[in-house]
Amino acid sequence: MRNPILRLLLGRLASGVLTLLIVSLVIFAITSLLPGDAAQQILGQFATPEQVAALRTQLGLDQPALLRYFNWLIGLVSGDLGQSVSNALPVSTLMAGRLPNSLILAGVTTAVSVPIALALGIISAMRRGGAIDRVLNVFTLSMVAVPEFLVATIAVLIFAVHLGWLPALSYVSSVENIGDFMRIYAMPVLTLCCVLIAQMARMTRAALIDQLDSPYIEMAQLKGVGPLRRVLRHALPNSLGPIANAVALSLSYLLGGVIIVETIFNYPGIASLMVDAVANRDLALVQACAMLFCSAYLVLVIAADLCAILSNPRLRT
Amino acid sequence: MSQANSPRAAGSQLPVASPSRRNRAPRHAMRWIGASLFGFWILVAIFGPMLAPHPVGALVGDDMFAGASAAFPLGTDYLGRDMLSRILTGARYTVGLALIAALLASSIGASLGILAALAPKWLDETVSRLNDALISIPSKMLALVMVSAFGASIPLLIITAVLSYAPGAFRISRSLAANLTTLEYVQVARTRGEGRLYIAWAELLPNMIHPVLADMGMRFVFIVLLLSGMSFLGLGVQPPIADLGSLVRENIGGLSEGALAVIAPAVAIGTLTIGANLLIDSLSASRGQQGD
Repeated sequence: MRNPILRLLLGRLASGVLTLLIVSLVIFAITSLLPGDAAQQILGQFATPEQVAALRTQLGLDQPALLRYFNWLIGLVSGDLGQSVSNALPVSTLMAGRLPNSLILAGVTTAVSVPIALALGIISAMRRGGAIDRVLNVFTLSMVAVPEFLVATIAVLIFAVHLGWLPALSYVSSVENIGDFMRIYAMPVLTLCCVLIAQMARMTRAALIDQLDSPYIEMAQLKGVGPLRRVLRHALPNSLGPIANAVALSLSYLLGGVIIVETIFNYPGIASLMVDAVANRDLALVQACAMLFCSAYLVLVIAADLCAILSNPRLRT
Repeated sequence: MSQANSPRAAGSQLPVASPSRRNRAPRHAMRWIGASLFGFWILVAIFGPMLAPHPVGALVGDDMFAGASAAFPLGTDYLGRDMLSRILTGARYTVGLALIAALLASSIGASLGILAALAPKWLDETVSRLNDALISIPSKMLALVMVSAFGASIPLLIITAVLSYAPGAFRISRSLAANLTTLEYVQVARTRGEGRLYIAWAELLPNMIHPVLADMGMRFVFIVLLLSGMSFLGLGVQPPIADLGSLVRENIGGLSEGALAVIAPAVAIGTLTIGANLLIDSLSASRGQQGD
């Protein structure tokens, strides 16, 4: 029994690695094969052809594209991500400085949103069709369609401008105690949570309702099991897999959400580093950040996939 | 990947995930709210620039970030330009670009998806495999990479949105079509000797058009969010043209004083996407889900 599952896990991981390889090829192709030469880009239009040629050699742009791709890939795997053109620093140094901030932001957001979303999802599944469910439905349906900067601007207006409770920008370096920490993270986390909770609650509700519709729940109802017990003891254990799947998938929203949120709150994370890199056309940095985000995304999707498979024997094929 | 879909595909299944049929009355209300919000913005996109009281670029007000007044119902922006005129004009870019991109993404994705379901197995598998790889690039990532390589221009933004969202449409329509191809009437058409294109057009498409359209609606919402997000970052539509996302960006300096010029365009995008989402959800819920 253990063997086929192990084989399945390895198979998923292998297909994940293959996907990541294709993704890296796509990213590399977009950023370096097509027009717009990086050397010309850096030196501007007044550079002499000799200067451009020299820089091209220095950047290795005169080598064939396939060779450059493999060099780049080997660099990625071995942690040598190249030089950032606009900062004259190694890309890995820049990213290492920002990554912890983004991880903290993502971690805090996850810790806040998952319990709330699960509670909301369970409540609305239990009260299906009732007033609470309907209100939550309209609310979550609206929240998943709202741009992050609308939530962020409204949050700044209320908490920073009118109430004056929180600073409008995040200065992570000034964290000295837990109060500072809460004040600084409150608004970025709140903004990210709004959309995340809505999405996760909807998927949790759907997963749970799927179970509540099945015959064994009706059976439990007929033999007199109360509604709370029916949901918590009977339906919930069986929908843990789908719910874990929903949580992992929703969390991958964070990867897009942080881009806007880090920018609007001036938060020094990896996403704002990438946005600056795009504005400066710092391609080595863009490539490395994109690969980091895509890998994180793939990890979440594969985790979601595995949760679904492990919890449902019928999918183990 | 079998059960677990990517979040984008999952996002497009969100309307599916609310199968309660008991609350028909609120569904009706939601449909009307959604339809009127969405319809309002379509009308603004068509007629807005004609109704604008001032030229878009004209410095008409004396104050920057002025509040609402009779002369400027939505106040003025960071240069003293009329916000109402700028929103009426900007909405055309937001709605128009997203509509074009959603139409392209869905029709390209859906036709390739149907054809893949009818194609020989090896071709189907190869294309689906590549498609899965494309799906695993988050849309904002792809957009950032594209803009860093090519710069932001309107055709590039449309191409980027299509590249980001066609793979999701492909996956959904491929699985819908694959389910349909096992049914008798398609088998009969095959036995009759009909060509693949005929089967795709006359047998498959009419039977999956509703979920495909609902999916296109979701893609429209996502593309509005993607493009206005890019404009908000300053990496989307470039000045002097301004869509609603650019309007939020250029006036962000007024946020600390609570300027209407920041709130109004942000709320405009929110009402457009919420309206579209409510409309799609109520339509697909009342129709009863086919497929999936």
